[in-house]
Amino acid sequence: MIDLFVQDLLSQQPNFDHAPAWLKSLRANASDRLNYLKFPTTKDEEWRNNNFSELKDIALTTVDSIVEEPITNPIHILDDHILPESAESLITFIDGRFSHEFSALEGLPTGVFIGSFKNFTHLGIDLAASLFPHIGKYADPEDFFVALNTACIDDIAVVYIPKNLNFAPTLQLLFVSHQGSISQPRCLIIVESGGSLNLVESYIGQDSPHFCNTVTEIYLGANARINHTKVQRESDTAIWISHCAIAQERSSSYTKNAIVLGAKKSRTNLQVQQLGEHTETNLNGLTLIGGEQISDTHTAIAHNFPNGNSQQLHKCIADERSHCIFNGKILVAQAAQLTNSKQLSRNLLLSPKARIDTKPQLEIFADNVKCAHGATISQIDADELFYLQSRCIDLESARKLLTYAFAAEVISKIPVDSLRETLSEVVLAKTH
Amino acid sequence: MIVENSKVILSVKNLTAEVEGVQILKGVNLEVKAGEVHAIMGPNGSGKSTFSKVLAGHPDYAVTGGEVIFKGQNLLELPPEERSRAGVFLAFQYPLEIPGVTNSDFLRLAYNTLQKQKGLAELDLLDFDDYVQDKLKVVEMNPSFLSRSVNEGFSGGEKKRNEILQMAILEPKLAILDETDSGLDIDALRIVSNGVNQLSTAENCTVLITHYQRLLDYIVPDFIHVMESGKIVLTGGKELALELESRGYDWITEEVKV
Ligand SMILES: Nc1ncnc2c1ncn2[C@@H]1O[C@H](COP(=O)(O)OP(=O)(O)OP(=O)(O)O)[C@@H](O)[C@H]1O
Ligand SMILES: [Mg+2]
Repeated sequence: MIDLFVQDLLSQQPNFDHAPAWLKSLRANASDRLNYLKFPTTKDEEWRNNNFSELKDIALTTVDSIVEEPITNPIHILDDHILPESAESLITFIDGRFSHEFSALEGLPTGVFIGSFKNFTHLGIDLAASLFPHIGKYADPEDFFVALNTACIDDIAVVYIPKNLNFAPTLQLLFVSHQGSISQPRCLIIVESGGSLNLVESYIGQDSPHFCNTVTEIYLGANARINHTKVQRESDTAIWISHCAIAQERSSSYTKNAIVLGAKKSRTNLQVQQLGEHTETNLNGLTLIGGEQISDTHTAIAHNFPNGNSQQLHKCIADERSHCIFNGKILVAQAAQLTNSKQLSRNLLLSPKARIDTKPQLEIFADNVKCAHGATISQIDADELFYLQSRCIDLESARKLLTYAFAAEVISKIPVDSLRETLSEVVLAKTH
Repeated sequence: MIVENSKVILSVKNLTAEVEGVQILKGVNLEVKAGEVHAIMGPNGSGKSTFSKVLAGHPDYAVTGGEVIFKGQNLLELPPEERSRAGVFLAFQYPLEIPGVTNSDFLRLAYNTLQKQKGLAELDLLDFDDYVQDKLKVVEMNPSFLSRSVNEGFSGGEKKRNEILQMAILEPKLAILDETDSGLDIDALRIVSNGVNQLSTAENCTVLITHYQRLLDYIVPDFIHVMESGKIVLTGGKELALELESRGYDWITEEVKV
């Protein structure tokens, strides 16, 4: 039996008649899967800490508000989020729709395609040969929310970097939830062999209860490099579910800095597949929440070939009554000899009512590997506080400084100056 | 230096304190006047560090009796940050590492907090940098230590130097140096002692906690106290250090018993 919530959502989808046949069939297949996939509940092991059932209520009341009317100018929220480094390499989607006004793609090198899929189609540019081998191939098709996203694909934020091209500017993908609704962004990032990209994916929202269900698929050809920063600063009433699936060919290097600050409830799924030897994956994560926020991060790195490297640092800071969950899988297949993998989950509890659950999971089937993992949950160290107090600093500022320092380890890895500075300020302002 | 008619900066009377229900300080008496340098020596575990942390206001230690007057003010009723702002400085025996906080941010925050307290102008990054460069010279410290996290990965001796740098920046009225000499190599000992001497004036005072006579060759104390089982059991001039060096502490214990 198809979920009522799903039925409602699907029936509200605009008809994308110009869609190529392959995209139509991708959507149809996902729709079919929704006939048997169940809306996850806390009875499902992977979802037991975070219950999204309230989505059904929100969806049913707001789905009508998706109408084809011009987007009112949300410049006041956008201004703070557009990176100066990306002044000429920016794609903005507002409430799920591509915004020409707030996108800037000047003088792209030949062979580079960045922008809205729909727009390319309108312009008669056929990207099927480049996109088709990848779209829908990496994100788990059997995941309920991935299927939901795929069944509703209307537009796609496309980034295509051809062979051996180093795309120098910082590329920003900005997704704004403005009116209060449901948006299901879909991104496809392809960096062909030897290419490189510095990418920032930002999610922001205005105060309104809305639901954002995003899927990003990323492909790195052999020797390709991506540095990917993902920042979620949704409004505190939003529900945000994100899937990011990365496929890495041999000798490629993928580095991710994921920052989660907003949303009432959020869920991040991150899946990395190493598809060749000597592949490198670095995942850094920071979740900083308070109030009644719940944030759930599930990551999985699959080492399938020899000589793979992975490093993961995940940090959670939970204040007030918030609840952080981290579940980090490392899979080392039998063929993946000489894998070197490190995972560290470090967590800071700022309040006795806050909660943190962390669960590193190692599944190792190769015998000659180096795998280390660790998890700590701590409070602010009383001796460190005293040290700062003995240097004239009051207790509150000392707590702030130490919390900031904990977060700074991840923020300092972001390769975009303006973003690093903004986030430092945001974190300082958020801690008390 | 002993200055006639100089003001009493610190007056400790019958101070008793405990940690986790165990009494450590058992009636400490000490008076330190402006301009003076005092040394406290004594066996391991006798309560020297406890005494210094009680003065700085460490929350683990509960004062159970006695009084501490600092510049006419009851020190014991102040929270730690107000004690430091009033001019009490403790150079820790084991300085902590604070990963993620750069030394320069930390020093600037401490300094500006103090400036604000005094009603003086806070310094911005550039002006503070100028100010710090001068202070680095006091302890002959390499500026590269400013951009590193506070004490993180510093060697034992570098941590001690960093403590004295903080002292140079905050210009306290009472500096308590808890075994600042231990872990310093011969050159560093001379440099750090020089720094401490430069910082000492007729207006402030210093309490050195040490195990070694060697330090006292560089920073010459006006008084030496011996602490034993949570009390100051003997006070003498600088020559006492030589006697302790050759005879140890046992004879004092014997005499105190008699
Ligand atoms: N937090 C604490 N918990 C339990 N015992 C403590 C604590 N702090 C100090 N003590 C005990 O108090 C006694 C005095 O310790 P303190 O560090 O003051 O000695 P000290 O004179 O500085 O010694 P040292 O010369 O070795 O530095 C010791 O027996 C020590 O174990
Ligand atoms: Mg000691």
